[in-house]
This record gives sequence, structure tokens and C-alpha cells, in this order.
Amino acid sequence: MSKVADKVLMKGNEAIAEAAIVAGCRHYFGYPITPQTEIAAYMAKRMPKIGGTFLQAESEIAAINMVYGVASTGKRVMTSSSSPGISLKGEGLSYLAGADLPSLVVNVQRGGPGLGGIQPSQSDYFQATKAGGHGDFKMIVLAPASVQEMADLTVKGFDLADKYRMTSMILADGTMGQMMEPVSLDFATSEPVAKPWATTGTKMEREHNIVNSLFLVPDELEKSNFERFERYKYIEENEAMWEEYLMDDAEICIAAFGIAARVSKNAINEARKQGIKVGLIRPITLWPFPTEVFSKAVDKVSSIISVELSMGQMIEDVRLATSCKVPVTLCNRAGGMIPSPEQVLDAIKEAAKGGAK
Amino acid sequence: MATTQFLFSGFGGQGILFAGKFMAYKGLIDDKQVSWLPSYGPEMRGGTASCSVIVSDEPVGSPIVSKPDVLIAMNLPSLDKYESTVAPGGMIFLDSTLIERKVLRDDVKVFYIPATKLASDNNMPTLANMIIVGKVLSKINDYEKESVDAALAKVISAKRADMAEINRKAMQIGAEN
Repeated sequence: MSKVADKVLMKGNEAIAEAAIVAGCRHYFGYPITPQTEIAAYMAKRMPKIGGTFLQAESEIAAINMVYGVASTGKRVMTSSSSPGISLKGEGLSYLAGADLPSLVVNVQRGGPGLGGIQPSQSDYFQATKAGGHGDFKMIVLAPASVQEMADLTVKGFDLADKYRMTSMILADGTMGQMMEPVSLDFATSEPVAKPWATTGTKMEREHNIVNSLFLVPDELEKSNFERFERYKYIEENEAMWEEYLMDDAEICIAAFGIAARVSKNAINEARKQGIKVGLIRPITLWPFPTEVFSKAVDKVSSIISVELSMGQMIEDVRLATSCKVPVTLCNRAGGMIPSPEQVLDAIKEAAKGGAK
Repeated sequence: MATTQFLFSGFGGQGILFAGKFMAYKGLIDDKQVSWLPSYGPEMRGGTASCSVIVSDEPVGSPIVSKPDVLIAMNLPSLDKYESTVAPGGMIFLDSTLIERKVLRDDVKVFYIPATKLASDNNMPTLANMIIVGKVLSKINDYEKESVDAALAKVISAKRADMAEINRKAMQIGAEN
């Protein structure tokens, strides 16, 4: 027996909820949907005991607007849902962006489109990274690949949201939400960020703060957009996160995030046993996308395989990041199915036929 | 043991997820890397429930067990569904009270345990799952009392701590039969 025994086994969904509480979140608004309901259930149990608020709203739309309300006061706040529910929150996400409000939104993805199914998926990549709602805006998108990362990235997500006054989205999937792994919740908590813009009451000592996303004068609205995108540019240059696995001598590169990266590691280990030099780049931030590591990888790899639980979404960012200098192929399942390590291994063998660079 | 992949299967209410959780905690206490992944969704209502448990010396890659080294099958639909997936040389533990047929494969080791009958004879009708777990541990030479006790303490909530003893007894019965 050892110190490992101090760790607990938690579901990914529970790890997100507990990490949010550790990060100081005391306000949760949500509406149940599989496969993320454990987040709401955990919050329902814990929040009343620590003086926080758990509220099951009448709909996803109501929940995201409650998030807007609390975020305006500068308090840490979150909501969570799964794919169809996130679509409903799209309007609210855009309003949060327009008002420069920090928040944490969790999407434990399920198969789509439409009501789809309840099994794991990554087919909301486009929605999360490019079109969370109307208008020009971005969200910081974090893609955990373990239960520990579900917790770590939740804390990180709150910090980044406060720092940049925007929404951080945890983009997980049904597997990550439902699986249990050892997790340590022993976090260093960061210093709270000052929020002079928050609507906390003037106490007759300052001017009113106004939180709003309505700008009827076009040049004012344009200015707010340009300012916001200056911030986005800074984030793109400074906040990208990724993991490289066996990339030092790799001739073939797999690009995968979340559960797809876990499956890919099995396939890579098997391929290595068979003498194929293959490695993995796992984006941890999907926005900002880790462009630089991919653009450098094309100097040494002969091809890239994008492994996804979708019809191929991240593959477009991989192609952009590499300026299509090497072939980028797709290895995928969709609709709630997960690629098997054997399927990924076959794709690696196929790529290996092309030979080294 | 580098990596052992377990697949626990049966129908809802047999304690499939609990048995898997015990095995995962035991691995954690034994200083292994572990993962636990339940099936979720419509198949849990009436059909087969299952969970994947991986116990490894290495970091766990995919948490999905598609070729189990050890299959625990507690009802016929589970055996029908997963028998063919067991890795050659692997082991199948089945509840022979509830599954009347024999395993058809000859490249795996099979253990027929009348777990539901043993549970009922010993006045522990809900613990057929842990009787099988006891058998599994005895066959993979992993029945180490200290970590068994510690894992039980983790999976049984504090409110029901008095249940640890009977769980231990169930595992003992499994190990000896």
C-alpha cells in the first residue's frame, strides 16, 4: 500500500464538479441530460452544504442566462450540458462574449446531429471552436483526456475565463464523463483576479458599471470587436496547450484529442512494436489550436492521421496548421461509436506504406 | 502482470458496477494504474450491464475493454455477447446457477461458479457478484487480505461499513469453491 491510496476514484463528471467547487465556483445552473447529469447531481448534493447555489433551471436557455446574471457580478459560475443542450445555449454564449463575461461551460458530447444518441462523440468540435453562437467571438476550448485532466482543466478554465473575460468551455465526451480513474484534488488555487467591471453595487462610491452586449452605433460595435480580437490574438500566441507522445523520431503523426488520443496511444504502442515510427500530437486547447507544433512537425513526418469521433472536424485545423504540406487523412467513427485501436493501427500501417520522408 | 483487462457483465441489479469498482480500487491500492468505464444507456434497462476495468503497471491508454483477459459473465445474454471477445488464453468466470450452457471455446480457461446458489445457501442473496470476485482473485493469485480489506473500505460507504464483513465472507466462499 502506498500514497496512491490517498487518491480517490471519481467519474469524470464528478471530478469536474468537485474541481469547480475547489476553484471557488458557488453557482451552478443546469438542466439534466445524459451523459453529463452526474455534474448536476453532484452540485445538487454539495452546493447547499457550502453556502452555494444549485438550481435546476426550466431549460438550458434559462440556465445559460442565469450564468450571464451571476457572471455580471464577477462571481465564478458555470453550467453544463451535452450536445443538444449546448445548441440551446448558443444565444447565451454569444451574449456572454458580447458582454465580455467570464464563465465556465461544460459540454460532455454525445452523438448527433439532432437529438442523436447518448453515446460518446466529438462532433461538436466545429460548434465549440468556430461557431458557438452568432457573431464574431471565440471561447477557450479545453479537451481533457483523463479524469485528472477533467479536474485540472476545470480549474484552469476558470482561471483563463477570469483572466481574459470570456467563456472557457470544457469539451469532453461521454466516455470521459462516465469513466472513473484515480484523481487528486489537491490543487494550488490561484489569486482571484480583480473585476472592477462587475456589477456589485456602487455603494455611492463609483460610477455605475454597465454589463451589456447591445451596441447600436456601428463604429462602437466595430471597436469592441477589434479590441476583443486583439485579446484573442494574444491568447493564440500564449495559451495553446498540447501533449506530444513519441514524436521525437516519428515519421507518421497522429492528431487526436480526448478519448480518441487514448485509443490512439494503444495503437501507437502496438505499431512501435512492429517497427513503425509513429507519434501523437494531442491538442489540449482546441482553441487556441496548437498550430505551431503541427507546423513544425511537417518538417519531419511524412503524413498525419486525424483520429476523431466525428465525420472529420479537427482535420480542417490540422490541414490549416500544416498548410497542407503533407497528406492529412481521417480515421474516424461517428454517431456514438469509438474507433478501436485495431482500426487506428490499420490506418497507421496504411500510412506507413507511403514510406518515410 | 503488465496489464489485465477485466470485463464485468450481467444484468442490472447484480452489482456488476460495484464488483468492477472494487477491482479498480484494489488495483489503485496495489499501486497500479486503473480505469473503470461503465456501459450506460438503454442497454442497462433489462438487458446486459457491463463495465470495463483495466489494472496495469503502465498508464492506461484506451479505457474500453474490447478483448478482455478476464470475463465475468453473470447472465446468459452476457456470455452470448462477450464469449467470443475474450483474448485467447484468457479466463471466463460465469455464474453457473443462472447460465446453463457451457462455454464453447477451448482456448480459454473457464470457471463455473454456482454463485447465485452459494449466495442464497449462505444467506447473502445479493452477494453472488462478490463470490465470483473472490474466485477471480484466487485464480489470478491476487487474494491479498490487506488490499482486499482496504478496497472494501473504499467501495462500501461509511454508513454501511458493517457490510464489509459479509462481503469479505462472500469472497472467501468464492475463493474456496
